[in-house]
Amino acid sequence: MRVMLVDDEEELISALAERLILRGIDTEWFTCGLTALERVGSGCFDLVVLDVKMPRIGGLELRDKMRAVCPDMKFIFLTGYGSERDFLLATAREPNVCYLVKPVEIGVLLAEMKSLIESDGAKT
Amino acid sequence: MFSLKDLKPNFWNKRLWVSPPGASQYLFNYRRIWYLSILLTSTVALGPLIFITLVNYRVTEESIESEWLLRSSRTVSNTHRAISFFLTERRSALDFIVHDNHGKELSDPARLSTILENLKRSFGGGFLDLGLIDSAGKQISYVGPYELTDKDYSDQSWFEQVVDREFYISDVFLGYRNVPHLVIAVKQTCPDGKTFHVLRASIGIRPFEDLLSSLEIGGLGDAFMINHQGILQTNSHYHGRVLAQSSLPIPEPASTTRVIEGEDVGGETLFVGYRFIESTPFILMIVKRKSELLKAWYNTRMRLILFLVGSATFILAVITGMVTFMVNRVHVADERRLMSLHKMEYTNKMASIGRMAASVAHEINNPLAIIGENAGLIKDLFTFKEEYSKHEHLHKMIDPVLHSVARAGKITRRLLTFARNLDAAVEPVNLEETIREVLSFLNKEAEHRGIHIQVESLSDDMPVIQSDRGKLEQIFLNIINNAFAALADDGHLWIELARHGAEEVQIRFRDDGHGISPEDLEHIFEPFFSTKTDHGGTGLGLSITSNLTHEIGGRIQVESEVGKGTCFTIRLPMKLEAE
Repeated sequence: MRVMLVDDEEELISALAERLILRGIDTEWFTCGLTALERVGSGCFDLVVLDVKMPRIGGLELRDKMRAVCPDMKFIFLTGYGSERDFLLATAREPNVCYLVKPVEIGVLLAEMKSLIESDGAKT
Repeated sequence: MFSLKDLKPNFWNKRLWVSPPGASQYLFNYRRIWYLSILLTSTVALGPLIFITLVNYRVTEESIESEWLLRSSRTVSNTHRAISFFLTERRSALDFIVHDNHGKELSDPARLSTILENLKRSFGGGFLDLGLIDSAGKQISYVGPYELTDKDYSDQSWFEQVVDREFYISDVFLGYRNVPHLVIAVKQTCPDGKTFHVLRASIGIRPFEDLLSSLEIGGLGDAFMINHQGILQTNSHYHGRVLAQSSLPIPEPASTTRVIEGEDVGGETLFVGYRFIESTPFILMIVKRKSELLKAWYNTRMRLILFLVGSATFILAVITGMVTFMVNRVHVADERRLMSLHKMEYTNKMASIGRMAASVAHEINNPLAIIGENAGLIKDLFTFKEEYSKHEHLHKMIDPVLHSVARAGKITRRLLTFARNLDAAVEPVNLEETIREVLSFLNKEAEHRGIHIQVESLSDDMPVIQSDRGKLEQIFLNIINNAFAALADDGHLWIELARHGAEEVQIRFRDDGHGISPEDLEHIFEPFFSTKTDHGGTGLGLSITSNLTHEIGGRIQVESEVGKGTCFTIRLPMKLEAE
């Protein structure tokens, strides 16, 4: 599995990435949405974990842009507790949006990632 | 029983109430406004009334008094005229007789007797005797009941007077046989110019008394005559018998009728009308008691006063009623306004607390996540990497960090939930869950003080109700906080949920704290009522709780016993209609 993490908090995202790597997951992390977008341009990932609130380009917008490049990528959103409602309002019309509330437990994240990847395999 | 207490208006005794900051001047001022309004209105309404009544009173009193004086005066004048005429008439009769008859004729007792008979007949009694006296003062002839022939009057003062003045009228005296009478004498100078005759007649006082008693004098009046020494010449009703000394002071000489006010021996005010009867030693006195005369006036006066008192009372009652009503309205309006202001303040406060709480929680969550993630990484390194497996001690220290992160996370989440729920919204609410959530805010305090809390659903099928979660949380938080304040350490709080009929649910909060006294219980939901003023209570908590309960369509009740505990009961509709 190839995973990309995007969050403007470096201290958070670097630690998380390292933890995923320790568990044998191929992970790359970015603090800037635009840089991440560029990276996608040179090669698709299986799954992207995005922070919803980021400077310059927000999580939802980033997802839309990335989807344009790599349509098959899965996305998991990370949102702060307070902004959960706003996020839900913004994605009300979309089915099956995956999101987790920060701070996220590693186990929960892994389970979510697993189910997303496998569900796609089951679909076809 | 209707008692004076019921008459006291609501705003009177506000000692129970806490003055909201800055408004303390209002609560006491209602009484002042009340007093001032009544005082001012009464003065303006009653002042002129009283003034005019007094003026009226004085004027009427004076006019009645002066009328009585006039009447008295007139009576005296008329009576005086009658008496004067009476005396003059008789004097003229004697005068005529003495001029019409020679001395010789008059010396004849038989002739004198005839004349006396004629006099008696013509003048209707009164003449008692008749006598002729010569220049030497010797009684020449006499007819009458007494034995006066040959009596010598030469040295008597009256004789000298009659010689001097041509006539004489005596005062009344007791003559022979103790009958009071007076004497009229006229002088007739003889043709020779040197000698004279004096015709002397005694007149009884009956005619005077008849005349005087025939007068209609009101006021327990007394009409009589006195002489210049104050000796009564006729009988009087109240001032002495004839020939006694009058009990009244002798009036000042005057040529006309006078009416003066005086006092009798008993201290009663009298109107004394008098007239000196000219050419006689008599003073006519007509005495009336002022109090009798003015009886009619007194009756009118009484009615006037009663009217004044009656209307004044009525006016005062109306004014008092109206002012009380108005001040009450003002008070109620002020209270409502204050309540509104406070509600708004409360809402604003809650809103800003909410915002602040949300932003604080949010701010905290980020560093919390970083701590958690990095701690988790350290733990992973210890777990996955061989080289760190020996550092058991360090490995163990990560777990407390992770636990604390989890705990902090829960707290911020609770804060955020509470803040979020402050916006009004109708949604499905699990009551037990909501209560437990609220309790979690107070867990630490409960633990610390050893307060035992029990939550239970008494009905098996407690429904999930449609209501405003935010408001419910505030209501529950408030009631539980109050319970905590009332409970001693180691106390109990029982929270029971149950269905109530088909459409409602009931939540009961029972504690075994110190309870609420019956007097306080009456006012407990009123705004600004507080028993905690000395440690910062605003008195708004339960009033707002009550308001919130009503806003979500519910009712709240409280029962309490001092020393035993308190029980708050809330009933809510299962379905709140969203506005």
